[in-house]
Amino acid sequence: MTDVNTHEHSDHPVTSGRLPVADVPHKPRRTDVDPKAARRAERQVAGMFTLSVLFVILFVVAYVAIPKDANVYIPVLGLVGAMNLALGVTMGAAVFLIGAGAIQWAKKLMPDVEVVQERHELASEPADTAEAVDQYERGKEESGFAGYKIIRRSLLGALALFPIPLIVLLRDLWVQPTDTPNPQAELETTIWRKGSRIVVDGSYAPVKASDLPVGGLISAVPENMMEVQEEEHTLNARGKAAILVVRMQPDEIRSQQGENWDYQGILAYSKICTHVGCPISLYEQRTHHLLCPCHQSTFDLADSGNVIFGPAARRMPQLPIGVDEEGYLVALADFAEPVGPSFWERG
Amino acid sequence: MSTVEKVGAGAGTYVDQRLGSNRFLKRSLSKVFPDHWSFMLGEIALYSFIVILLTGTYLTLFYKPSMVEVIYQGSYVPLKGIAMSEAYASSLDISFDVRGGLLLRQMHHWAALIFVAAVSVHLLRIFFTGAFRKPREFNWIIGVVLLTLALGAGFSGYSLPDDLLSGTGLQIARGIVQAIPIIGTWGAFLLFGGQFPGDDFISRIYSVHILLIPGLILALVTVHLMMVWVQKHTQFPGPGRTNNNVVGYPLMPVYMAKAGGFFFIVFGIIALLGGLVSINPIWIFGPYTPDQVSAGSQPDWYIGWLDGMLRTMPNWETAVGGITISWNVFIPAVVLPGLIFTAMALYPFLEAWVTGDKREHHLLDRPRNAPVRTAIGVMSLTFYMLLWIGGANDIIATTFDLSINAITWFLRVALFVLPPLAFVFTKRVCLGLQRKDRDKLLHGYESGRILRLPHGEFVEVHEPLDVKERAIIESRLMTDHAPLPMPASVDAAGVANKHYRVKRLQAKLSRVWYADQIPAPTMAEIEEGQHHAAHGALSEAPLHAHADALENVPFHGGVLHTPGEEKTNQEQLNDRGGHL
Ligand code: HEM
Ligand code: FES
Repeated sequence: MTDVNTHEHSDHPVTSGRLPVADVPHKPRRTDVDPKAARRAERQVAGMFTLSVLFVILFVVAYVAIPKDANVYIPVLGLVGAMNLALGVTMGAAVFLIGAGAIQWAKKLMPDVEVVQERHELASEPADTAEAVDQYERGKEESGFAGYKIIRRSLLGALALFPIPLIVLLRDLWVQPTDTPNPQAELETTIWRKGSRIVVDGSYAPVKASDLPVGGLISAVPENMMEVQEEEHTLNARGKAAILVVRMQPDEIRSQQGENWDYQGILAYSKICTHVGCPISLYEQRTHHLLCPCHQSTFDLADSGNVIFGPAARRMPQLPIGVDEEGYLVALADFAEPVGPSFWERG
Repeated sequence: MSTVEKVGAGAGTYVDQRLGSNRFLKRSLSKVFPDHWSFMLGEIALYSFIVILLTGTYLTLFYKPSMVEVIYQGSYVPLKGIAMSEAYASSLDISFDVRGGLLLRQMHHWAALIFVAAVSVHLLRIFFTGAFRKPREFNWIIGVVLLTLALGAGFSGYSLPDDLLSGTGLQIARGIVQAIPIIGTWGAFLLFGGQFPGDDFISRIYSVHILLIPGLILALVTVHLMMVWVQKHTQFPGPGRTNNNVVGYPLMPVYMAKAGGFFFIVFGIIALLGGLVSINPIWIFGPYTPDQVSAGSQPDWYIGWLDGMLRTMPNWETAVGGITISWNVFIPAVVLPGLIFTAMALYPFLEAWVTGDKREHHLLDRPRNAPVRTAIGVMSLTFYMLLWIGGANDIIATTFDLSINAITWFLRVALFVLPPLAFVFTKRVCLGLQRKDRDKLLHGYESGRILRLPHGEFVEVHEPLDVKERAIIESRLMTDHAPLPMPASVDAAGVANKHYRVKRLQAKLSRVWYADQIPAPTMAEIEEGQHHAAHGALSEAPLHAHADALENVPFHGGVLHTPGEEKTNQEQLNDRGGHL
């Protein structure tokens, strides 16, 4: 094979049906003029293909031999899974070598003379176009499409309307609960009720006012969070009811969303950002600023949760809180406004 | 003939008798493909897409698109006994308990990143070389749609593992849908099957991710390639290359070996990346819950600019008469991306309208020769990069100890100021390069050799350009086009021109487009200049071995330059009374 490729074409540009490029002087490659170099290139290419086979075998060996949980330390990479490393490297090498061999073959041993092909105009010949138009006209004539006005109009009407069922069928993508009049009804309420105890997220322990030092912060949920979650089999309730509870000196509170919605300097705010809904937990106790990690909206919890910077347009909703007879923190009511991102019907 | 070849020939005949396929092969095996490194970008996109299809199909065998809660019992110890969705648990199983599963996941993710990157850079190549011009406008539009689909594919895939990071992305997506006026709330409820996060979304986005989007991409890629095939590839200017030919390597064998080999190279590199470089280690983030987030969470790179837009937008919202319009979300996340992609899709038509150029273009523009287009491109890239910086503003703030507010304010101003500056700057650079080209044609290139003349003066020797460089620079003569003439408000018969205003706008824009172009020298001037340079260099070697190759500098489409006629395009245009 080597001979055919290196010698037959190398110095005479290929011409069968194509023109060579007249202007460019063709410099022969080493492999074109030196049979030894050509032989060497041939061996390189064959070597790469053979190595590829070897790596496939290594891949299978690695798959069988390496335990799933074995780790190896590799400089730069650190401690990595041995299996993943071995499989990736052997498969990668096997495939890569096929490609490298093919390209080496093309570069060194196949003709490197550029050839020319003429382009043809893309537009059809006028005669062809005329014939196509004739055919169309004949079809129009024979079908009577132009003549039968009523047929034409009713057909267009039918074609325009037939996709309607396909669209109607999408309606039950949301199977609307019978007691929910519209989507906003679901967005406007959470499971917080008058008297719901505030419990720490994770441990679900109720919180006494004295448990929370000034400057402290906890992520909390209503006490019935787990039951609701189990009943609904979704995280929907959690997505709306999650709150942050912070404590500051009562005289540091400059304003809040309702009268006495704090309890001795303890304030509760929704945890869901009013921008597009990321949960927030970066709180700087010195400034009372709450920073959203998603787009850096910043809210001032000492000042009604108002936005002080960033793309969020609305303050964080505040949950009015107090204590029950045992001294545990409870909600005094549900949020007064919908939590989370805005929506059209929000008002 | 070897046995294999005999069998092959037999099969070929069998198929040919049923499909007439040999007629196709006869034409195709000798089809010529031009060669240039930048033509590999589209190939990388295609090959990484194939790797995506392969690895994705394997992933579907192990992945469970379900939000049902399960208790994780797999072999990753830190998460053992923790409640999570089945989707997340199965992604963990793929990563820890299916042998080679992590490799497939990482290859899939790497291939996805490379796919989107290759599509994006490929698009830039098409833009800056003017490859979208007639007759390739359809393929440009398909390309823009493919880019959009690629972003959708990436985003939907990112959501599947249902780890904390992916869930946060979904939450943001939901917030964006909700911000769409009138239909937003309903749209969000229909998409998610109710409230966020619900229990439908993963399985829904799964069918979008593995069926709908890949199906569309596959169909469009097929059409895309068929059009490249029919229209033949564009080529960069060079010796012997004209608008009416293709110069390159024949499909069989050189192109086939190179392109086929390149597929294996891309595949191999992706496999090596999957084995060596960790990507999206979902086990670190933990299962998704809507009340937690990991700080510094970043989307994949191609979503960064959208995120940047969300971050830099001022917090405008209007609440009147019982409705709320969230401009702060709707504009950056829906309106602007919509406008940007629409403008991108329409660009070829806008440019053709402004230039009035109706010729077919198969020879690529050098970016400098279309200064306004190049400037528009760099301007858009500047805008994009600034948004990208916006998307990483928290990381930049912590890394360089800057205030986020300061960065945001800087961006709010810079987004309006820097892109126009980039436009002006780029146009200048292009014109400077044009001037340099003109000098090279008229005086040869500066060889760096200094000569002392008998009377003591020092001059730098200019040498004639080599064949290749000269052909490349001269290519401009073949593509230049004059600005559109100003329309008359009334025609010869005194009838008012109904489209006068539109035509006038078009002609004005056309003047802006061509303003400041450094006029290309005529063929005669070039000939003289090069001849002179050859003498100056004390070399008698003839420039062009083929005198006739010079005579026949072909002109295409607009028919301005006729062999032997030594006039500039503008002169010829004037001779013809302004008609092409
Ligand atoms: C069209 C371009 C595609 C892109 C850009 C893309 C991108 C992605 C990305 C970024 C992920 C997240 C991967 C991770 O880190 O776990 C993913 C996951 C996934 N993709 Fe694709 N993908 C594409 C096509 C496909 C196709 C065609 C299939 C199947 C036939 C598929 C099947 C999957 C599956 C099953 C997962 C989940 C894997 C897991 O969670 O472990 N993808 N995809
Ligand atoms: S979600 Fe909080 S700033 Fe965007």
